[in-house]
Amino acid sequence: MHARLLALVLLLLLAGCSSGGTRDNGRITLRFQSLAWQEESVEANKELVKEWNATHPGVRVEYVQGSWDSVHDQLLTAFEGGEAPDIIHDASDDLADFAYGGYLADLTHLLPARLKSDIPRRSWETTTFGDGVYGVPFLQEPRVLIANAKWLKRSGVRIPTPEKPWSWAEFRRITEQLSGRGKYGIAWPLKEPVSATLNLSLSTGGQLFHRGADGKVTVRFEAADQVVPRTIHAQAGTDRSASPTTLGSGGSDTLPGFFGGRYAMVPLGFSYRQQIVQQAPKGFDWQVLPAPAGAGGLTQGVSPQTLSVAEDSPHKKEAAAFIDFLLSPRNMVRLALGDWMLPTGNRALNDPALRTPEHGWAAGTALAAHLRPAPAQTVRGYPEWKDKVATPALQEYYSGAIGIRELRERLEEDGNLVLARYQR
Amino acid sequence: MRTSTPARVGQYTALLAYLAFLAFPFLWLVSTAFKPPRELGSLHPTWIPEDPTLANFRQAFDEQPLLHAALNSLLAALAAAVVAVLIATPMAYVVARRRSRLAKAVTGWVVVSQAFPFVLLIIPLFLVLKNLRLVNSVPGLVLVYVVWALPFALWMLAGYVRAVPPELEEAAAVDGAGRLRTLVSVTAPLLAPGIVATGLFAFITAWNEFFFALVLLKTPEKQTLPVVLTHFIGAEGVADLGPLAAAAFLATLPSLVVFAIIQRRITGGMLTGAVKS
Repeated sequence: MHARLLALVLLLLLAGCSSGGTRDNGRITLRFQSLAWQEESVEANKELVKEWNATHPGVRVEYVQGSWDSVHDQLLTAFEGGEAPDIIHDASDDLADFAYGGYLADLTHLLPARLKSDIPRRSWETTTFGDGVYGVPFLQEPRVLIANAKWLKRSGVRIPTPEKPWSWAEFRRITEQLSGRGKYGIAWPLKEPVSATLNLSLSTGGQLFHRGADGKVTVRFEAADQVVPRTIHAQAGTDRSASPTTLGSGGSDTLPGFFGGRYAMVPLGFSYRQQIVQQAPKGFDWQVLPAPAGAGGLTQGVSPQTLSVAEDSPHKKEAAAFIDFLLSPRNMVRLALGDWMLPTGNRALNDPALRTPEHGWAAGTALAAHLRPAPAQTVRGYPEWKDKVATPALQEYYSGAIGIRELRERLEEDGNLVLARYQR
Repeated sequence: MRTSTPARVGQYTALLAYLAFLAFPFLWLVSTAFKPPRELGSLHPTWIPEDPTLANFRQAFDEQPLLHAALNSLLAALAAAVVAVLIATPMAYVVARRRSRLAKAVTGWVVVSQAFPFVLLIIPLFLVLKNLRLVNSVPGLVLVYVVWALPFALWMLAGYVRAVPPELEEAAAVDGAGRLRTLVSVTAPLLAPGIVATGLFAFITAWNEFFFALVLLKTPEKQTLPVVLTHFIGAEGVADLGPLAAAAFLATLPSLVVFAIIQRRITGGMLTGAVKS
């Protein structure tokens, strides 16, 4: 009896749920939840919304500020309650659950050919789940080496370029050469070691996740997957060329030591350049270098920022039109400049504003063609594998508490048990 | 019991160390709020900014509607505190004075309800509020805060009620005062400190609350201060540190002021009735 009553109450509650967009006196209002947070980026987004509203009197877009910190929980609740924004800004690695859960609209037939052809297929792969496309990837950032230019020049080491990058072995030799007397060649900020390790391991041909003929994914930590972790481990533990104190830190935490001349290089996301421009002491000379390359060249994994449309939105066509407007080549450049990231669109990438050597833009743009979907992009159960298995195992490995054999056992044996639960 | 001088020195040293430990985050926050970007990235940070600036405050106010958000927070927190106290006071009186199974069950439920995780509640709560058309409204948020604050308010106030000797109420009854008169003229004045302390506690809880506000409030003009503060944080936890510190410093001030006012009353309230006289 009680169960029936409860079911009835739930049904009544759900029946009252309505959809996202609204129509007021014939005018459609769409809610666009943006995660822009840097001053220039918020400004660019707001300006673009203003421009759209000025030129589209029939479809008004309302800018809603979201936050990266809590976007998943906030969206999940909004989806469950039928109150999701019409246009959703997120990252591609957060979309899988929402796409498979039926919360996002399939954009395959909603997007114009111009936008589809402007963004490379490898970027579309980050938002393709099953047969559908559930987001438009529009901004991405490679991991680069930010280097103390004077230090590198003084040391006489070969300066890598995207055409002639360092190999991982050369990189290890050079960081050792740059170290000594309390200074380090590199400071790895590895508070979140999994995505950094996995994404960089694509450069050595690492794959880690292997999909079988039955469609099921298993973890195999093979030789190609081990090059990057072994290098970091050796730098921190054997060569003493990587600062041991930053292994548990976030990217921003390494900056004071970098500015203070304690480390020659820090591997950071491309957008950290904004903080460097703001915070570096006057006269501090820095430059952007490509991450080392291996058997896979300069390839590395990324999870682009995306724009999606809620399945519940009654105005999907209008929402897609707004996305098309927001991601026109000119506007994509404005968004990229505001976020200090790379656009996915080919035409935007060719814009002279993003090809300037100033602040390392050109060095980063040259890497765009090498960016691939992050290895874990479509693996169900990845978040649990990451939090419960891979993060602690890699942290212990980098700190020297365990060796490569135990790391492998944990990633594979414990990891496959976790993934199996999601693939029954 | 007398304490020797070395022991007393040790006690005070430990206390000072503990106070310094507690004060460190706040003092660092204040210091950061006034530092220009270049000092934020310094390897040798100083307590007192070398080149203090108000630019972080200016940027924080320019980028986000802080004043509006603060006003929303104030409105939600004040309303939640008042309503919670109005409901909790009579409930606490009944729980404290009636030694029935119901009172015990209520107390037990209060304790258990504190263990519920937010995530468990948020989706059903969201649906209920949606059907009441209270999503994205400050009254809806107030309703949630009241429900959330009630158990603790009830538990706290019950302690105060128990500390009021029933003999006083009996004496008033002997003097001819009716039940209502006794409650208003005898019990209520004695409960006043407890009511104030409980209300202020509910206020602070609501003022600092983040998750419900994040999920329930959609439009920028409705958002509260803790939600707006997260807008200074980007992907992978990267933060616009200066403006974030400036905004967080301003957001901390009301809580500090309120705590400074009520801390003696709160400890009094928690200890009331702890020993028999």
